[in-house]
Amino acid sequence: MTRKSTMNRREVLASVAKAGGVTCLAGLALTAYVESTSKAEATALRPPGALPEDDFLSACVRCGLCVQACPYDTLHLATLGDPAPLGTPFFLARDTPCAMCRDIPCTRACPTGALDAGLTDIREADMGVAVLVGHETCLNYKGMTCSICHRVCPIRDEAITLERQTIDGRSLVIPTVHSDRCTGCGTCEKHCVLGHAAIRVLPRDLGLGGKGRNQAGRPT
Amino acid sequence: MTTARLTPTRFAAACRRLAIAEKGWLRAHKWWLLRRASQAGALLVFLVGPVLGLWVASGNFASSSILGVVPLSDPYILLQSVVAGHAPATTALTGALLIVVFYAIVGGRAYCGWICPVGVITDTAHWLREKLGITRDRKLDRRTRWWVLSGTLLASVATGSVAWEFVNPVSMVQRGLIFGVGFGWAIVAAVFLLDLVVTRRGWCSHLCPVGAFYGIVGTVSATRVAAARREDCTNCGACFSVCTEPQIITPALKGDGTRLIRSGACLNCGGCIDVCPVDVFEMTARGWAADPAGKDAAVRQDLEPPAPAREAA
Ligand code: SF4
Ligand code: SF4
Ligand code: SF4
Ligand code: SF4
Ligand code: SF4
Repeated sequence: MTRKSTMNRREVLASVAKAGGVTCLAGLALTAYVESTSKAEATALRPPGALPEDDFLSACVRCGLCVQACPYDTLHLATLGDPAPLGTPFFLARDTPCAMCRDIPCTRACPTGALDAGLTDIREADMGVAVLVGHETCLNYKGMTCSICHRVCPIRDEAITLERQTIDGRSLVIPTVHSDRCTGCGTCEKHCVLGHAAIRVLPRDLGLGGKGRNQAGRPT
Repeated sequence: MTTARLTPTRFAAACRRLAIAEKGWLRAHKWWLLRRASQAGALLVFLVGPVLGLWVASGNFASSSILGVVPLSDPYILLQSVVAGHAPATTALTGALLIVVFYAIVGGRAYCGWICPVGVITDTAHWLREKLGITRDRKLDRRTRWWVLSGTLLASVATGSVAWEFVNPVSMVQRGLIFGVGFGWAIVAAVFLLDLVVTRRGWCSHLCPVGAFYGIVGTVSATRVAAARREDCTNCGACFSVCTEPQIITPALKGDGTRLIRSGACLNCGGCIDVCPVDVFEMTARGWAADPAGKDAAVRQDLEPPAPAREAA
């Protein structure tokens, strides 16, 4: 503290420059690192009520209160190598889907607002959206009536319905997801009988396409 | 600059032996034992929940809920969240306020000395360093931690995310122990090796922005260590050798102003109290210790009638 008085101007300037330089260097390096790792993979789903991903990353302090509040051990905090940014809560539909608790304990436990406490009806949750990606592998497309996904869906006959369609002259019942009702809980993906699920829960923008920006950068 | 640099590597061990000879093992390790108990306890209260189902504390050091009632939040992590553009919910803000008030009372970097699990790891690295006689000490500016701290805030602004939490070894260790480790051990190993073979007390005393942040809180903290009986000092240098921030002892011990170690960098770890063979240091509070500048100098004189050689009054 008293050191300042004995410092001449050049020394002060030099130390200010050093401080500024190292600050910027540290800031830049960290920014680059964060930018390179801050994207959650499509398989990693956020707990119900999670803010949109960008806002979520500014809000979540990675405390795990949501993880511990979940009675089904659905949620985990990401460690290095997990498909979500370090320390953030996520779940994998194929491992343990969200059981859609009526009282949403995970969201209520969140101290920061990263999980929006305004979500009071779990049916309004938006963890992602189911998409039937396996048009060649789904057993219903092959003419059988597996329909497991339809049967296990907690939003019965609303989020997935079986729609009769005629494809190549064959009459099939096709599991059809209604994105306005699907919460992305992941139960259908979990129970799909194939080795690799034919129905997947994806983050909404990935699963549905549409809204966003076109290649010219204009909103569509 | 620092005395510690001039001392032979085995000096610390010799100091410790001297203190033990003078005061007995227990008294020469009193604060050390208390600190280790506190560090272990802090982790244990978070572990008995997930392991035994006794939910005293849930969450982790970043944010927690004590008995499901009292919220606690790390103010530095929350600060990153705020500069990243998020307005935290009241629960987290309350929690952060409680933590700031707590450390303003017990000493900012008491977090480092008494709670942070990385402190134990770097202490171990240091201990091993002395044992193995490693002298290589790549000089780092102790102010680097301030610059890293500013850097992390800049990065939080730039990325709109809680940037330091992508790297923070402090979070990685405690989160790893409470929620499962993953590959986080790699960064922790890097910190250990840095302290072991590159720079003496490299991480905690030069680089860690968490410690730097709590150091800011510490500048106003009430609890302080004082060189209360500095007249008795035999110049053995034991305190300088044990302290992670030896530069902060000098003004209190060798100056003629306040006897309080005023620097926010002090961990209130009590290492100097333990190791001093003639009991120069004591844990005290601002406005309570022998402080010639403050009115409490008089109080102290009353408490200690045979005050010898009171040089500055
Ligand atoms: S709604 Fe229930 S099952 Fe789903 S993540 Fe939250 S606590 Fe777990
Ligand atoms: S409770 Fe909230 S802040 Fe804590 S880890 Fe979960 S989402 Fe993040
Ligand atoms: S994810 Fe699947 S099971 Fe869950 S609501 Fe959507 S369609 Fe139903
Ligand atoms: S300086 Fe950082 S790593 Fe070291 S004890 Fe303090 S908070 Fe922990
Ligand atoms: S001055 Fe004493 S209490 Fe403070 S950090 Fe150094 S050894 Fe620990």
